[in-house]
Amino acid sequence: MIEVETLTKQFGSKIAVNNLSFTVKKGEVLGFLGPNGAGKSTTMRMITGFIPPTSGDAKLCGISMVDRPAEAKTKIGYLPESAPLYNEMTVTGFLKFCASIRGLTGTAKNDAVERAIETCFLNSVALQSIDTLSKGYRHRTCLAQALLHDPEVLILDEPTDGLDPNQKFEVRQLIKRLGQTKAILFSTHILEEVEASCTRAVIVDRGVIVADGTPSELLAQSGTGSLTDLFRAVTSSDTEAAA
Amino acid sequence: MSSCTIYKRELSSYFSQPTAYAIIVIFLSLSMGLAFSFGKFMSIGDASLEWTFFFWQPWIYMLLAPAVGMKLWADEQRTGTIELLGTFPVSTWSCILGKFFAAATVWLVALLLTFPIVITVNYLGNPDNGAILAGYIGSFLVCCTFLAITMLVSACTRDQVVCLIVSVAICVTMVLCGYDDFTRELGKAASPGAVEAVVSMGVWDHFSSLNQGLLRLQDLVWFASFIFVCLLGTSAILSSKRA
Repeated sequence: MIEVETLTKQFGSKIAVNNLSFTVKKGEVLGFLGPNGAGKSTTMRMITGFIPPTSGDAKLCGISMVDRPAEAKTKIGYLPESAPLYNEMTVTGFLKFCASIRGLTGTAKNDAVERAIETCFLNSVALQSIDTLSKGYRHRTCLAQALLHDPEVLILDEPTDGLDPNQKFEVRQLIKRLGQTKAILFSTHILEEVEASCTRAVIVDRGVIVADGTPSELLAQSGTGSLTDLFRAVTSSDTEAAA
Repeated sequence: MSSCTIYKRELSSYFSQPTAYAIIVIFLSLSMGLAFSFGKFMSIGDASLEWTFFFWQPWIYMLLAPAVGMKLWADEQRTGTIELLGTFPVSTWSCILGKFFAAATVWLVALLLTFPIVITVNYLGNPDNGAILAGYIGSFLVCCTFLAITMLVSACTRDQVVCLIVSVAICVTMVLCGYDDFTRELGKAASPGAVEAVVSMGVWDHFSSLNQGLLRLQDLVWFASFIFVCLLGTSAILSSKRA
C-alpha cells in the first residue's frame, strides 16, 4: 500500500532524509519513531506530496506520488503535525469543505461528514466555531478530515501530541481499529504507543533507518526489554550531534 | 470544480468575518465622500462620473485592495493550512484562481454598491451611460490588478502586516507612475524615454482611456497580462517554497 523507495531530501547542504526505503502493507500499523529533527515529518510530507523529494519515490497503492500526484493524493488521508485548521469555520463547515474538495457531493458528502464526526467523537462541538475548540478537539477535527473519503492509506504526524491521557487512549484505539483495513503510518515520540497500537515500528535517526521490526522483536533487540533503552542506544541526542 | 469549492470557502470566510463589511463600508464612505467634496460632484455641473467619481478610485484601491488580499496566502502559511491544501488532490492553480476570484468578488460587491451615484447623475442630467459602464470596468480592472500584486506578495511571506506594507508600497508606486504631476517632476530629472517607461508601468495610462469611455483592446490586454503574470509568479513562488 505504501512503498517508499530510496527517498532522499536535501535542504541546501543538509541531508534531512537519506535513501529511506520501507513498505507498509494493508492491515499494518507502522510506528515511525525518532528524535526531533530525525526527518520524520519531512518523510511524511514527501509521501503525502506536500514537498517533492530530491530523489526517490513514494508509491501509494501502486501510484507514484512523483509521476501522478493528483491521483496518488486521493488515496491518502493526512493529519499534519500541528493539526492546522481554518479557524473561522465551524467543525461541520470545515469537514464539508474538505469533503467537497475530495470530490464528494450531495448525500455522499453529508454521510461522510456525519460518519467522520461520529468516529472522532465530535458530536458535541459539530456546530461550534473552530477557534473556540480545545487542543484535543482541534486534533480530532483534523483527524476527521483525514478520514472523510475513507482513504486506503493514513499518514498521521504525531496524532496524540498534546492530548490528555483519555484522549490518547481513544486515538490509539481508533488507530488500532482503522489499521485492520488500512495501511497506517504514524509518527510519535511516545514509546509506549508503539506497544499499544503498532504492528511494526521503525526508528530513524538523521534521515536513516536504524532499527526495524515488530514491537516484540525490538524489545528483544534492546536486550533489557525496554524500548527506551533501544531508542537511546540507536539514536543520537541533539547535544551529541552539536558536539 | 475544486477552484469553485475554494472560491466558496474564501468568499464565506470574507463575509463570516468583519473584513468584507469593514472594507465595503470604508470604500463606500471614501468614494462618495471624495466625489462630493474634492470631486465637486454637485458644483461642477457635469453629467459624468469621470473626474468626480472614478478619478478617486485608484487612490482608494492602492490602500484598501491589499487589505483584502493580504491574508490569501500569508494566513495559510502562518496557520499551516497550506499543508492541507498541498495534500488535497487539487492543483495550485485551482487554489490561486479560487482565492483570486473570491477577493475580486468582495470588490465587485463593493463597487456595485456605489449604484446610487449612477442613479443620482442620471436624475440630475443626461450622462453617457456607456462611458459610466466603461469607467466601472476600468475601475474593477485596476482593483483586480492591485489584488493580483497583493496575492503575489502574500505568497512570499507568512506575515500579513509585511504583506500589507509591501503591497501598498507597490500599488502607490503604480498609481503615482503616470500621474501627471508626478511625471512632470520626473521629466525634469530624467530622459523622455525613461519617463515613458515609468508611465507605462502606471495604471493611469490604461485606466484613463477606459474612464473616458474608450474600450481599447490594448488596455484590456495590459490589465489581463499584468494580472496573469502576477498569478503565474504566485504559483512559481508557492512551488519553489515547498521544494
